[in-house]
Amino acid sequence: MRPPVTKAPVKQTNHKKVAASKNDAAKGKVKSSNDAKTLKHWLREMLLIREFEVRTMQAYQNRLVGGFCHIYSGQEAVAVGTIAALQDDDPIITAYRCHGHALARGMDPYYCMAELFGRFDGCAKGKGGSMHMFDREKHLYGGHAIVGAQTPLATGLAFATKYEQEVIKTSDHTRVTVCYLGDGALNQGGFHEAMNLAGVLDLPVIFVIENNGYAMGTSVARGTTLADALYRKAESYGMTGHLIEEGMDVVTVHDQFKKVVDETRKTSKPDLVEIRTYRFKGHSMSDPRKYRTHEEEEKWNKQDPIDHLSHDLIKAGELTQDEFKKMTTEIRGEIRDVVKRASEAEPPPLDELYVDVHTGNWGPFKGTTLPNMLRGDNEKTTDQNQESH
Amino acid sequence: MANLTLVQAINLALIQEMEEDDRIILLGEDVGKNGGVFRVTEGLWQRFGGDRVVDSPLAESGILGTSIGLAMAGLRPIPEIQFEGFLGPAYDQICTHAARMRTRTRGAYTVPLTIRVPVGGGIHAPELHSDSPETIYTHTPGLKVVMPASPYDAKGLLISAIRDPDPVIFFEPKRIYRAFREEVPEDEYTIPIGEARVVQEGEQITMVSWGASVIQCMNAIENCNHSVELIDLRTIAPMDMQAIEQSVKKTGRCVVVHEAPKTLGLGAEIASRIMEHCFLHLEAPVQRVAGFDTIMPYYKLELDYMPDAARITKAVEEVSAY
Ligand SMILES: Cc1ncc(C[n+]2csc(CCOP(=O)(O)OP(=O)(O)O)c2C)c(N)n1
Ligand SMILES: [Mg+2]
Repeated sequence: MRPPVTKAPVKQTNHKKVAASKNDAAKGKVKSSNDAKTLKHWLREMLLIREFEVRTMQAYQNRLVGGFCHIYSGQEAVAVGTIAALQDDDPIITAYRCHGHALARGMDPYYCMAELFGRFDGCAKGKGGSMHMFDREKHLYGGHAIVGAQTPLATGLAFATKYEQEVIKTSDHTRVTVCYLGDGALNQGGFHEAMNLAGVLDLPVIFVIENNGYAMGTSVARGTTLADALYRKAESYGMTGHLIEEGMDVVTVHDQFKKVVDETRKTSKPDLVEIRTYRFKGHSMSDPRKYRTHEEEEKWNKQDPIDHLSHDLIKAGELTQDEFKKMTTEIRGEIRDVVKRASEAEPPPLDELYVDVHTGNWGPFKGTTLPNMLRGDNEKTTDQNQESH
Repeated sequence: MANLTLVQAINLALIQEMEEDDRIILLGEDVGKNGGVFRVTEGLWQRFGGDRVVDSPLAESGILGTSIGLAMAGLRPIPEIQFEGFLGPAYDQICTHAARMRTRTRGAYTVPLTIRVPVGGGIHAPELHSDSPETIYTHTPGLKVVMPASPYDAKGLLISAIRDPDPVIFFEPKRIYRAFREEVPEDEYTIPIGEARVVQEGEQITMVSWGASVIQCMNAIENCNHSVELIDLRTIAPMDMQAIEQSVKKTGRCVVVHEAPKTLGLGAEIASRIMEHCFLHLEAPVQRVAGFDTIMPYYKLELDYMPDAARITKAVEEVSAY
């Protein structure tokens, strides 16, 4: 069933660069459209993500984090800049490199860290781990481990918001769904199906490619056509493609992305945005990074989004060295505390294995009870029917 | 002879087969330059070049579909899927094309394909990186499903799989990739697909398992007062029911051990066939020690999910006391 959506006239230009205000940043000026308070807030958020990741890596070395762990360091300006351009109830969804998005969306770092540590207090009760950050209240729809598989979900989320607004009228405003994906995810079939459907149905969704140059060890050019202009893939789906080249500058990311968001909210049409960025660390914790050169890493390290903004603010006289130091120290303390609490928290109890599998009676057979082996007994089921928790 | 890990044994088999048959092509995500996520294909790109060890885009459906095309045209592709959880996007190609092509074309086209897939839990990875989906593919006619539990078997079975004229899913239990070493002949040899291995002979209880669980069974048997016969299936499809039957007719008792969820896991099929073929020989109901009917949990509960020596021992006690 298709909702009776009104089709906007087909756009003439299918791709465009968002008018860049990058020169200002390069000159060390702080743009007037964002007041100093806002900029300091973004700086704080980026610092928080960076510090969170530093401590996460340590915790990983100390075997407090299980499984895989994908560090967001380097890409902070993308999550912080784009999320700052959204309304609080705009749905967002991402893949497994999700700590940054969760924190930028305002998730309590403790829930995030506890999840990494597999503790019951975590945002997924310690049952998901690093790749599965969810926060219903903050309209964060995950955190998904299968590359590209979140993209059709974004189309669905956008479909729902439009349906609620235009068909069943349970919502009185347009919500813009933002879907983050990596450059590697572009190669998955599901992504193209998602784009096509979003285009056909005119859905208010923005697909944001966080182009950090690599999908694991495979550089963009080795894995994808149109490697130097990924945003142009939008053309095949009748959408507008945008390029944000200065992805290491949170102000530019925010300002350029905001324009796209405003337009999407107005027209309810989908967009594809490519943001150029870099992950400072390996793909996951066990990546020797043989596929990229030291020089390349150095080049990008010099564009550290945190240095970028703090320098600008200090230069513009909006922030003193002391204030910056204080901010950093505060955040360090905050995250240290989070690590401590999370490492002391309890893992989920054993019978949690059978909770949240589905509602009502758990288990595939009617009338089954918690397997006794979960209570230390082997496998025989008891007679009484136990409801789910 | 060389003392090799399972990873090294597979690596060696690939090299030797590729040297012998230039129709063999490897493809997958980061299998080339990087040598694969588990470094199974380490050094092969350097040795055979990018035309034969192809770094593919991040696209499992494409990897599998392309491999099927290659195979139908007469080549011998060996695609790698990085983790069993990523078989999802490839599932369509495997089950709608690879498995059915011979039947659909009445034998005109075959799909000599070996799909290498790391499988199972025990490495502290989360869901989708720790699953045991062998039942799904065993339930799909047209596919062969292999899962070695030792370096020696891994090499011999992989060579058989590569030379097999039909599609084989070659599951590699990641928990034992580097867990232990074993003497592996340097020369090529094959282990027939469809033949179980009696790991240890015994008189009182038959234990059937495959993959990394075999090691758990061995651990359980070590401290066990009963005479247990351990059968490692090695090939899941086609399954060596004869070996199981022969043993159960001797022992009258059977415990099946697998990591996959219990319900409709292969233990169910095995138990049912034992009932069909050995009913009058049975002294006790067949016991299953398996994963729970829930999603593989994150690492804190992982080992509670997976069958271990303690749970296996309990099942052994129960069948013997029945
Ligand atoms: C379907 C699927 N295939 C493979 C993987 C393994 N994998 C995880 S991340 C990744 C690379 C993804 O790169 P990209 O989309 O660029 O995101 P980035 O890691 O750079 O953030 C791969 C191959 C997976 N999780 N899912
Ligand atoms: Mg990438």
